[in-house]
Amino acid sequence: MTNQRTQAEIVRQSLKRRYRKERRFRLYGMTAIAVALLSLVVLFTDIIGKGYTGFIKTTMTLEVVLDGEQMYLEDPTDKDQISMADFQAPIIAALQRYFPEAQSRKDVRELSRLSGNYASNQIRDLLQAQPELLGSTQTLEFLVHDTVSVYVKHADNPAYSIRLSEQQQRWVDELVEQGVVTTSFNDVFFSRGDSREPSNAGILGAIVGSLLTMLVTLVIAFPTGVAAAVYLEEFAPQNKLTDFIEVNINNLAAVPSIIFGLLGLAVFIGVFGMPRSVPVLGGLVLALMTLPTIIISSRAAIKSVPPSIREAAEGIGASKMQVVLHHVIPLAMPGMMTGSIIGMAQALGETAPLLLIGMVAFIVEVPEGFFSSATVLPVQIYQWASSAEQGFVELASAGIMILLAFMISMNGLAIWLRKRLERRW
Amino acid sequence: MNSMNATAIRTENMSEKVAKPVINEQPENAVITEGTTVGQPFADDPKFKLRNVEVFYGESPAIKNISLDIGRNEVIAFIGPSGCGKSTFLRCLNRMNDSIDICRVKGSLMLDDQDLYDPKRDVVELRARVGMVFQKPNPFPKSIYDNVAYGPRIHGLANRKSDLDDIVENSLRKAGLWNEVKDRLDATATGMSGGQQQRLCIARAIAVSPEVILMDEPCSALDPIATAKVEELIAEMSESYTIVIVTHSMQQAARVSDRTAYFHLGHLVEVNDTDKVFTAPDHKLTESYITGRFG
Ligand SMILES: Nc1ncnc2c1ncn2[C@@H]1O[C@H](COP(=O)(O)OP(=O)(O)O)[C@@H](O)[C@H]1O
Ligand SMILES: [Mg+2]
Repeated sequence: MTNQRTQAEIVRQSLKRRYRKERRFRLYGMTAIAVALLSLVVLFTDIIGKGYTGFIKTTMTLEVVLDGEQMYLEDPTDKDQISMADFQAPIIAALQRYFPEAQSRKDVRELSRLSGNYASNQIRDLLQAQPELLGSTQTLEFLVHDTVSVYVKHADNPAYSIRLSEQQQRWVDELVEQGVVTTSFNDVFFSRGDSREPSNAGILGAIVGSLLTMLVTLVIAFPTGVAAAVYLEEFAPQNKLTDFIEVNINNLAAVPSIIFGLLGLAVFIGVFGMPRSVPVLGGLVLALMTLPTIIISSRAAIKSVPPSIREAAEGIGASKMQVVLHHVIPLAMPGMMTGSIIGMAQALGETAPLLLIGMVAFIVEVPEGFFSSATVLPVQIYQWASSAEQGFVELASAGIMILLAFMISMNGLAIWLRKRLERRW
Repeated sequence: MNSMNATAIRTENMSEKVAKPVINEQPENAVITEGTTVGQPFADDPKFKLRNVEVFYGESPAIKNISLDIGRNEVIAFIGPSGCGKSTFLRCLNRMNDSIDICRVKGSLMLDDQDLYDPKRDVVELRARVGMVFQKPNPFPKSIYDNVAYGPRIHGLANRKSDLDDIVENSLRKAGLWNEVKDRLDATATGMSGGQQQRLCIARAIAVSPEVILMDEPCSALDPIATAKVEELIAEMSESYTIVIVTHSMQQAARVSDRTAYFHLGHLVEVNDTDKVFTAPDHKLTESYITGRFG
């Protein structure tokens, strides 16, 4: 009896120790998660804090008199006259109505630097399209100059005002007060390609470039990867050769992505003479890069199909091919798709190999097809982030948010697919 | 049990490939002689004629020189301690072992006088004739209807939807499942109870009208009520099918089978009428097993 009691005592003692250990272990785990979450929060606040202004554009709405004399323009249909005309003049004149005192050459120069570099082009294009407007008065909305935009968006931060003279700052304040200069949602950012001027630059070109590239990657890598996985898992004999292939697929998954860029440069451009910086080329290179990931995850998905299902099908007389097509692939599909989407998300964020195959060119046009020059989101972000102008820096952050949104939705899709399609048995 | 009363012991005409068919004269014999089986391993009108069967997993033997006949429309039960090779032997009968790379089968295995392991023979056709029900219910994660219809579909047994509907209904009726599922044929099979799943697997197997049904411990994952239903089903099916059932439950063997084969360490020790095996076994090892001295 006493013996038993002491034993119970010992067990109780050890239990106490065990509980302590478990509590400590749980604490470690929670700390790790807290640290991870905290860094995530810091990262997001930083990016959003820096980048949200990228989603805002600053414009000024002016009543401009399209005075032919002032612009040295008599006939807007005459190409020569158009190329010689001074389309900046009506804008300056409109601004001078607010600031009549600004008449000296220096003042005029400073005034002209309030509107964006493309404001005069806007008037030119308008007149070319509708020559009959010459001489009329129009209410037009212009993008302001990048320095003004930054100044307005960061009105509370003096660090952003240094590139405007004190006089310009006064003018801008006045214009903001009168409601001439306003901020609104940056639709330009979502409807254009890159530009030399931040307020005129958009991410649409990069988004379309990324989508086209990803489409090529998907179309090439998914069927190839799944087919390779099915063959290796279901049909390939177990021998030295297949072992060798298996080892190499695993190795390929760990090869730095820039190597794939070199390969693309040497093989696709060098040997096959493909054009540079086109989505097809980028897609091919990224497909090669994603292939090992897809093969590995697809094989894992195929392996996880319970053997009892295979037996059931075989037992009823299904051929090998039927077992694979009717049962193994459908059951492995959610896993294969999840793996592929995660591989694609990696490819979407890939920069290095694309730099090597020329997808880093400055491209203004939104790409029209698989063979037009394009850039992709991460490369565009890289380009903006490496530029000195404040306007580009905030665009880079905004671009990062767009890229993150794409990634999150792709991963979300992967999770949804897994939840939705995965079967229980 | 009546069908077995007709199965005579065949002592004559054993010249072919049989090593030494032994009809035991010393019931006390507790040693195993390789290739010898006491009792009545042979039948007059065998569905399966299995001679000198040996099975190896790699180098290690799992079945050691077994000869056995399985009679037409009889229910034969395989019993024996676990790991003795019952499943291995059963799976030779429809070549399910083919998918195990290291598994080699030797000897002569004839189904209706055709060689099972003839290299020219297509296992697909074989498995349509010899169906199988597994230990764990393994319905496809599809609808109840599709589970049953799968076999007829891949074998092209039904040309029209209505034919297929008939096959499905008949199979489910034979499996005693029709009334339980007729209103939810589109529900997924994995949502059914274990016993229903196993009966669905039986329905799936009989949907291709096999001649033989192999069952590997079909009730080991079921509760007693579901087990009783499956056993009832086996009794009904025994009229039209040859059934080979592996079981670890001796009561079950006693309830459902005509003949019982006792396996031990890869040997087939004794085959006899089920009544005899459970009342007066010829071999000492059988007796030890059924009296629960090991197992
Ligand atoms: N796939 C396999 N690979 C290797 N050995 C196996 C395999 N399946 C069964 N065996 C071996 O064959 C012997 C018989 O197994 P099995 O037929 O499953 O026995 P039972 O069904 O009577 O319990 C056992 O020793 C087992 O370890
Ligand atoms: Mg077994």
